[in-house]
Amino acid sequence: MSEPTMPFWRIEIRNVSKTFSHAGQQLLVLDTVSLQVRDREFVSVIGPSGCGKSTLLNIIAGLEEPSSGEVWLDGSPAPERLGRVAYMHQRDLLLPWRTVLDNVVLGLELAGVPRAQARERARGWLVRFGLEGFADVYPAALSGGMRQRAAFLRTLLTERPVLLLDEPFGALDALTRAEMQEWLLALWGDVGRTVLFVTHDVEEAILLADRVLVMSQRPGRILREYSVPLPRPRTYQHVTDPAFVALKAELLATLRAERVKGQVNVPAVRS
Amino acid sequence: MFQPFGHERQPHGPLVVPVLGVLSGLLIWELAVRLAHLPRWFLPAPSAIVQAFVRDRALLWRHTAVTLEEVLVGLALSLVLGLALALAIAASPTLERTLYPAIVASQAIPVLALAPLLLIWLGYGLSPKVVVVVLTCFFPITVNTADGLRNVDPELVDLVRSMGGRGWQVFRIVRLPGALPSFFSGLRVAAAVSVIGALIGEWVGSSAGLGYLMIRSASQFLTDRVFAAVVIAAVLSIGLFWLIGWVERITLRWRQLPRSERPAAAR
Repeated sequence: MSEPTMPFWRIEIRNVSKTFSHAGQQLLVLDTVSLQVRDREFVSVIGPSGCGKSTLLNIIAGLEEPSSGEVWLDGSPAPERLGRVAYMHQRDLLLPWRTVLDNVVLGLELAGVPRAQARERARGWLVRFGLEGFADVYPAALSGGMRQRAAFLRTLLTERPVLLLDEPFGALDALTRAEMQEWLLALWGDVGRTVLFVTHDVEEAILLADRVLVMSQRPGRILREYSVPLPRPRTYQHVTDPAFVALKAELLATLRAERVKGQVNVPAVRS
Repeated sequence: MFQPFGHERQPHGPLVVPVLGVLSGLLIWELAVRLAHLPRWFLPAPSAIVQAFVRDRALLWRHTAVTLEEVLVGLALSLVLGLALALAIAASPTLERTLYPAIVASQAIPVLALAPLLLIWLGYGLSPKVVVVVLTCFFPITVNTADGLRNVDPELVDLVRSMGGRGWQVFRIVRLPGALPSFFSGLRVAAAVSVIGALIGEWVGSSAGLGYLMIRSASQFLTDRVFAAVVIAAVLSIGLFWLIGWVERITLRWRQLPRSERPAAAR
């Protein structure tokens, strides 16, 4: 950190812990988590359900504050973060009373861009997102994959350099999901954004990312970090690459070991 | 573009079954009155009520206009008062705790006991009836709208906040449109009960209106005219209910899309 050529971290989490109090009980959800994400890097975070992944993203987005520790954005402390990063939830959260076009311009609208101008900017993207001809349709008429793409376009159009994606394809069927992953790979290569991608799907984590961070069971900690030794641009073909298969085996072993440990530990703590 | 579901389109159109039901009911009524030789002042047959409509059309129209004015003015004021209270309740828990008991208590007041007081304070004109209509109608609007404003999906609120949206923007983009369906439910209930409110107001003290006409006609054993006034009041209620439903369907067009269907050209 003391070198003059300090790396430029888009996101930096410094010893963040988060405790929720519920009915008089203190529940430690995140335990001194630290991580850094470089500009235009794609980092996956993988971990068991309930490990605090979503809480971590909520904290980075500014929806929640850490109990201790700091969040830095673009190389400086960021106590006020709402609106500084783009955040996509697992649910598409399209407003049912707005047409597709009016949904995707939401970020621009909140940034004060005049509506006509925002719509104009969004229209150009609809083709790329497979939503051509659906600008004036209400979300109820869209398929699951289209809804997710509309939600993604809305996230992208907030025009923030950092995208936080919380299991964006978690609710989709396997085929649509694979399609969306390839589509995201191609898109990410073109838009030059920094992505922090939360998932519980090992293949997805590896296929998309430059690095994979493995989180522990609750309380969530960063257990291991893996670099993905696959060239870009990537396609779905890479899932049969020996390097991919080897990394997948290692990741699964790490996750399984953590799960066994969790199962042994829980009764021990209670007794 | 969208195929409606089977149960939405009936084989004979939407009106055939209810119309047949009403017609057969009227037929049985007519036959029963004639066969039992019931006197007209006791229970008029449907044909006698139709005769009363024709005979008293000018009179009926004059009193209908009075009642309709009370209902429309009352509903408009209920809308303003109901929305204002709903917004206050949804805006602050303190206001909610202060206002809710008073709002609920207002529904416990027997309107029949209150109406004579209104007569003393406000006289025989339009205003005491409007007050009774408002007392009947603001409550469903307030309760439904407040529920709608509060029960909005918290993740939608988080979404707008995460994009940098402030309190007012969250309200305008998420809460207000999200509460519209509940608001319309409340408004429809209000429209349906508004006519009853006006009639009660008129029963206590007035010189015009359908409620006044009912009481005066009943005391003169003009039972066919009472029935004619009841029919008009019912038609007013149904008409208002239907009118609000129509405005609702136009305003909330996004709700009418089939949920599980999607257009053929989905990709």
